[in-house]
Amino acid sequence: MKELKLMKGNEAVAEAAIRAGADAYFGYPITPQSEVLEYLMAERPYERTGMVVLQAESEVAAINMVYGGAACGKKVITSSSSPGISLKMEGISYIAGAELPCVILNVVRGGPGLGTIQPSQSDYFQATKGGGHGDYRLIVLAPASVQEMADHVKLGFDLAFKYRNPVMILSDGVIGQMMEKVELFEQMPRLSDEEVAANYPWATTGKPAGVPHRIITSLELDSSKQEKHNHHLQEKYRKIQENETMYEAIQTEDAEYLIVAFGSSARISQKAIDMARAKGIKVGMIRPITLFPYPSEIINKLADQVKGILTVEMNAGQMIEDVKLAVNGKVKVEHFGRFGGMIPNPEEVVKALEQKIIGG
Amino acid sequence: MAKVVGDIVIDIERCKGCEVCTTACPQDVIAMASEVNGKGYHYAMKVNGNCIGCSNCAVVCPDAVITVYRAKI
Amino acid sequence: MAETFDRPEIRTPENLVYSKTNVLTDNIMHYCPGCGHGTTHRLLAEVIEEMGIQSETIGIAPVGCSVLAYNYFDVDMQEAAHGRAPAVATAVKRLFPNKFVFTYQGDGDLAAIGTAETIHACNRGENMTIIFVNNGIYGMTGGQMAPTTLPGMPTSTSPYGREVATMGNPLKITELIAQLPGTYYVTRQSVHTPANVRKAKKAIRQAMENQKLNRGLSFVEVVSNCNSGWKLSPVKANKWMEDNMFPFYPLGDIKVNGELVK
Repeated sequence: MKELKLMKGNEAVAEAAIRAGADAYFGYPITPQSEVLEYLMAERPYERTGMVVLQAESEVAAINMVYGGAACGKKVITSSSSPGISLKMEGISYIAGAELPCVILNVVRGGPGLGTIQPSQSDYFQATKGGGHGDYRLIVLAPASVQEMADHVKLGFDLAFKYRNPVMILSDGVIGQMMEKVELFEQMPRLSDEEVAANYPWATTGKPAGVPHRIITSLELDSSKQEKHNHHLQEKYRKIQENETMYEAIQTEDAEYLIVAFGSSARISQKAIDMARAKGIKVGMIRPITLFPYPSEIINKLADQVKGILTVEMNAGQMIEDVKLAVNGKVKVEHFGRFGGMIPNPEEVVKALEQKIIGG
Repeated sequence: MAKVVGDIVIDIERCKGCEVCTTACPQDVIAMASEVNGKGYHYAMKVNGNCIGCSNCAVVCPDAVITVYRAKI
Repeated sequence: MAETFDRPEIRTPENLVYSKTNVLTDNIMHYCPGCGHGTTHRLLAEVIEEMGIQSETIGIAPVGCSVLAYNYFDVDMQEAAHGRAPAVATAVKRLFPNKFVFTYQGDGDLAAIGTAETIHACNRGENMTIIFVNNGIYGMTGGQMAPTTLPGMPTSTSPYGREVATMGNPLKITELIAQLPGTYYVTRQSVHTPANVRKAKKAIRQAMENQKLNRGLSFVEVVSNCNSGWKLSPVKANKWMEDNMFPFYPLGDIKVNGELVK
């Protein structure tokens, strides 16, 4: 049954994981995402659906538990925040190399290093360009509301299993901590072991008699085979770019200027757009919902229409590189950002638009 | 009284010539060939007919190259 | 023609007393001649065959010499990141509680980079089996010092011998984990003589059978040789192991049925 609830973003992820029929959550506490594990431990999903919840000894252990569970064809999710995600990166690279499906939530906080516990979007590069070693991509989803936090868990599992690829939900401390109304989707059944074995013949579910044993590995010592595997991965990423790009276009029809922003920056920019339009500035916004694949095509198209583009990010200028690649020099692209845990306000965004794009 | 006799079959192409079986054999049945196999190893070979089929050689063989038979005659 | 000493007349199925188990694939193992890894693989595979659990077993390979173990065990296998096999196996066992799950790890993997994962999987009492091959050296990377390298033992990164004052002490991780309430069976074996192989196989059988009891983790250390790393012939390496490794890493059961052996 669908249900309307007031929840924190982190709690919505936890509840959505149970409802999406996840088989396991493995995690480790870190601010500002600890509510995911806390909610699951309090909710006892092993009694509701049979879902396993385990607090690991480290983020490193947690992501390798995800590897083990995903290699069994099970629906597995983990969550962390920036320093913890850095620790997980080795495991994420292995998961990408071995082509395992899973969902990883990053409730981003400011860095570098231990940084701050306040919200940030400074892990954009890490999330969208791979993050760990080797040529690989994560599918990266950028929720801008508590509703999307819940919905992206389900979407994330769908995409992860469709492509046998890890999916990262790149959230931030604002979306993770804030409470909003959320419409929870209906409980989906967990697959039985038999269904898992039948649906995912690649998975290590115990080798049936008469079939070759299954091997889950990212190792291939023969360079020609490793190159072939890399070609296969790149072809998969190309298909993902072709089929899965998602964005929201806001007031772009008559826009003379464009803001590109994701997640909580997009929410702030939405207010800034209302304020700018009240002043007679025709500005619209592209809010990427997928950060990989990136909505380059629509941004390239709008570059023919607008006079300038401002990216609004809670970092020192990361997504702007993808916008510039999409625009390919057609119009001016500038960045406005607050970082280190600071959150921009709409007035600052309007001012940046006026100074860097309209007046500049 | 029945006499126990044994025989071993060595997969010489899989043998790596480690010699561990030679020390395990209570009957000194095995020694290393002066010839080498396709991988260049001096492989294990039988040098007498005293095998009693005790399997000691096979159980210490890291490469599982020895098959053992035993019969009472 | 030279005499073959063959007795083809007794080579009949009813007289067959030993042959390679089908739970090992036909791939030729990459291990050096005389390496205990091959023997330990074979014992575990024989146990899986004898228990009839080939289709219910999932194994986790480590990083190190046995990184390619997945090519040799004809069961479903996963290859873990360096040191993380106990975490990987934890998830497999939690999600498939009725399957038989083992990790197969060397000393660098289990007792250095993966110490945290080892200790915590043992302490949680994960109902699985860890096979730990300890040869006191990093074999795969070319004979560097391991957490279990003996005092004074030369390696490529302790070329004048392990100096305890600066390089630290060898870690007796098996004694350490035997102290943890989550371990049910902890034993130390070797596979260099027929008698030791037979004992080691019994221990591995026990460690796998224990998974049926759901009473905690079973841990089998196999003190083994590294002929290439030790720069000795296999036969001499086994002798060196008896003279040097066994006094420091004494063979035998350390914990049985959840009780420390006095």
